[in-house]
Amino acid sequence: MISSHIGYYSLVLGFILSISLLIYSLFCFRKNNKQINQNVFSILFLQLFTVVISFISLVYSFVISDFSNETVYNNSHTTKPIFYKITGTWGNHEGSLLLWLLVLTLFIFLFIVFSKKQPTKYRLLSIFFQQIIICGFFLFLLLTSNPFNFLFPIPNEGLGLNPILQDPALAIHPPILYLGYVGSSIIFSASLASLVENNINSEWAAHIKKWILISWVFLTIGILLGSVWAYYELGWGGFWFWDPVENVSLMPWLCLTALIHTIIVLEKRNLLKSWTVVLSIATFTLSMSGTFLVRSGILNSVHTFANDPKRGVFILFFLFVLILLSLILFFIYQDKDNNSQKEFFLISKETSILINNWFMMYFLSVVLIGTIYPIFLEVLINEKISIGPPFFNKLLIPFVAIFLIFMTIGPKLNWIKDNYRGIKYLRIILFLICLILSFYLIKKTSSEILFTSLLGGAAIYLLLISIEDLFKKKYNISQVISHFGFSLFILSILINSLFSNEFSANMKVGQEISFKKEQIKFSKIKIFEKENYKSVVANFEIIDEKENVISLYPEIRIYNQPNILTSEADIISSVFSDKFMVMNLLKGEEIFNVRYQTKPFMIWIWLSAFLISFGGILSLFRRN
Amino acid sequence: MKKNIFYSILFLFFIFIFIVFYLGLDKPNFYTPSESKNKNFTTFTSKELFLNDEFNSNDIIENNNFTLLNVWASWCAPCRLEHSLLMDLKEKTNINIVGLNYKDKKNNAIKFLNEFGNPFVKILTDPDGTISIALGAYGVPETFLVNSKSKIVRKYIGPLKTDDILEIIKIAK
Amino acid sequence: MIKLTKLFLLILILVLSFQKSLQANNNSLLINKISKNLRCLICQGQSVYDSQSDFALSIKILIKNKIEEGKSEKQIYDYLKNQYGEWIVYDPEFNKKNLVLWIFPLILFTFGGLLIFRKVFIN
Repeated sequence: MISSHIGYYSLVLGFILSISLLIYSLFCFRKNNKQINQNVFSILFLQLFTVVISFISLVYSFVISDFSNETVYNNSHTTKPIFYKITGTWGNHEGSLLLWLLVLTLFIFLFIVFSKKQPTKYRLLSIFFQQIIICGFFLFLLLTSNPFNFLFPIPNEGLGLNPILQDPALAIHPPILYLGYVGSSIIFSASLASLVENNINSEWAAHIKKWILISWVFLTIGILLGSVWAYYELGWGGFWFWDPVENVSLMPWLCLTALIHTIIVLEKRNLLKSWTVVLSIATFTLSMSGTFLVRSGILNSVHTFANDPKRGVFILFFLFVLILLSLILFFIYQDKDNNSQKEFFLISKETSILINNWFMMYFLSVVLIGTIYPIFLEVLINEKISIGPPFFNKLLIPFVAIFLIFMTIGPKLNWIKDNYRGIKYLRIILFLICLILSFYLIKKTSSEILFTSLLGGAAIYLLLISIEDLFKKKYNISQVISHFGFSLFILSILINSLFSNEFSANMKVGQEISFKKEQIKFSKIKIFEKENYKSVVANFEIIDEKENVISLYPEIRIYNQPNILTSEADIISSVFSDKFMVMNLLKGEEIFNVRYQTKPFMIWIWLSAFLISFGGILSLFRRN
Repeated sequence: MKKNIFYSILFLFFIFIFIVFYLGLDKPNFYTPSESKNKNFTTFTSKELFLNDEFNSNDIIENNNFTLLNVWASWCAPCRLEHSLLMDLKEKTNINIVGLNYKDKKNNAIKFLNEFGNPFVKILTDPDGTISIALGAYGVPETFLVNSKSKIVRKYIGPLKTDDILEIIKIAK
Repeated sequence: MIKLTKLFLLILILVLSFQKSLQANNNSLLINKISKNLRCLICQGQSVYDSQSDFALSIKILIKNKIEEGKSEKQIYDYLKNQYGEWIVYDPEFNKKNLVLWIFPLILFTFGGLLIFRKVFIN
């Protein structure tokens, strides 16, 4: 009760501070002081403090199961384990927005603390733009999604958290993803400030690069965690479904990846200024659009939040205010840097980075249109279509293949102007061997042999080239690791999708079925009572040709609050292949629907995705 | 000048997207089956629940002006809700009501009918759900009003409501 | 270069060993493939393949029956589209109303290519 009051009023206070910062930062901006006024720091800190207090009081309400709070009532239950009571705080719409706000205020505070070497006016403007965003989020929370609404009479028991969200990976997935999204807000504010101040140059690039890397790393790991969660919790054996919610996280990632490359050109060559700003604005805009698409319920997706049209309208307006603002600023200030026309040569690192951007923008456009086109079609001609994996595969695979080939050349080129070094026949032969190998492998499995084998060949080739580079020490190690990770990633996904095997049948206890060279035996079933669910654990034995026995224990959980069944897959991972087993209850019978899959190179997908982000982490800690 | 035009176009483009998104908010994001009026009813043959004989759906439909085909199952809770309405309909009118028993066990289905009454002239069975798919249904309960020429006149998704029953009576008169 | 060749051979052997385990029942593979491309209409963003709902299970049986009748993959999609509308397939058709969907990315790609070309050669 009292904690809800504290939480609510500190939110209101935070909002007032946000307004005052908006005005005050402009006031200081006019005054041309050399240093940022100490008051600005104090207000920033105070604002962070109010949001932290507000967040803690929400967590506290969840921990003590204070059902006078509507959010707690809707998403918690007394029998839930304490860990999930805490993580349940951000497992719902209101709480997750409060977390957004927390990260927003934390980031601007850190940004100001760590940007002391930058021009004062630039920093003040960054605060100003960031406060516009923060202000918007405060309003959004207070007007449409207040996490501290009261309920009267006070219910005795809550409705409970959706069991599929009661999972450790999903507990940390949102905060990490938000760090990535929100990190892009700093890039947005900073680049607008820099645009207005005509401050876009190599120095600025070196300073903002760290922030780009930070949000990129968090975004990458966030997406990775989401996929890992989907793999073992949704119980379908897949890890990426081209679901709108996934696409929405992928779009800012693609944009940020382009930005990471472009910012290096700006840093080293003082080129591509406007483009850098466009990418910075686009990244944050895409993050916000993602929030809109997910939270408004405009799209049909696996992940659903409680929908309220008012919320959708608010984010939509807010989003367009931000886009309009950046368009106008861009329109007014963009001309200033056109005087620095330097030469661009065909064979140079700059060009290769442009090519990277070119492909990234293409991938982005495919994902973007694939996600929002159904909305357009429905509104304009009232027809419903679905866009899923086949569409994305068709448009992406051929281009990724070509992209991989560019990746073997681009990073090796020098800045400004490189020489044409003649054709390396050995390389071409190696590439051809890769192609043949990949064709030989794929011809029996895939229907679209041409592009798939090109993709496979290119991925193997890039893998080999980047392994070679790893030993050479001549190249930037973080870049090589990320690129190596990327080739491994594509290759693992390809192998995984082509060579997965699957068996599905309805089985009774005691039954034995042979699948390929293995025997699958349903040996027993046990029932346990757990804290907030009943657990039905089956024991399957997989006996291979050499009589090795592997036991798998898929589980069905029958949660009592809310009353939902979930299937927990049992997965045994080994270096080269995962054994994945999941079962489902068939209605009113003693028979279970069992799905058993062998999924090669599963770990390698996770590992390579981590390697990609590890390159970024490494680059953060390296001194230039 | 060129720049101004470019920005104006860009601006208009964003306004357009804004409007589309705004309108999109009101659209449902789930499956809304189209009103399949005057679509042909797919003929099928299946076993009768009690008689265990094979019946062709055409034989049942042809001889009546209107046939009401109700997809139901004993395990489906909303079916219980509409069941009393079907019983009413049977008493008030002489419309030909046919049941399609969806993915059910014979014993359970019979138990259900014993408990709540049997409004159906005939009950055909759909043990694996494929007949319902062939009809274009997507779950239970679902009801089709078919005329003697095998055209689907009305299709009701979900449990029938009192208004639906009134409409059926009106059409079938 | 020698190191590279060794590694390459290693990968080759690894991958070839996978090749062996690759013979499956074609029908069930086809059912999986088709059902992955169909949306489960009564679910939230799940494919027929992923869903265990009655609707999805029935569709899977229907696909199996149709394959046994000798229907092609495309015929099955067309059949279901006729029954439930285009919303059921995940692979949008290439037709007039989806024209923008398919060619917008390609146009953008061409346009981007031209921009880079101009930047590099016209300066």
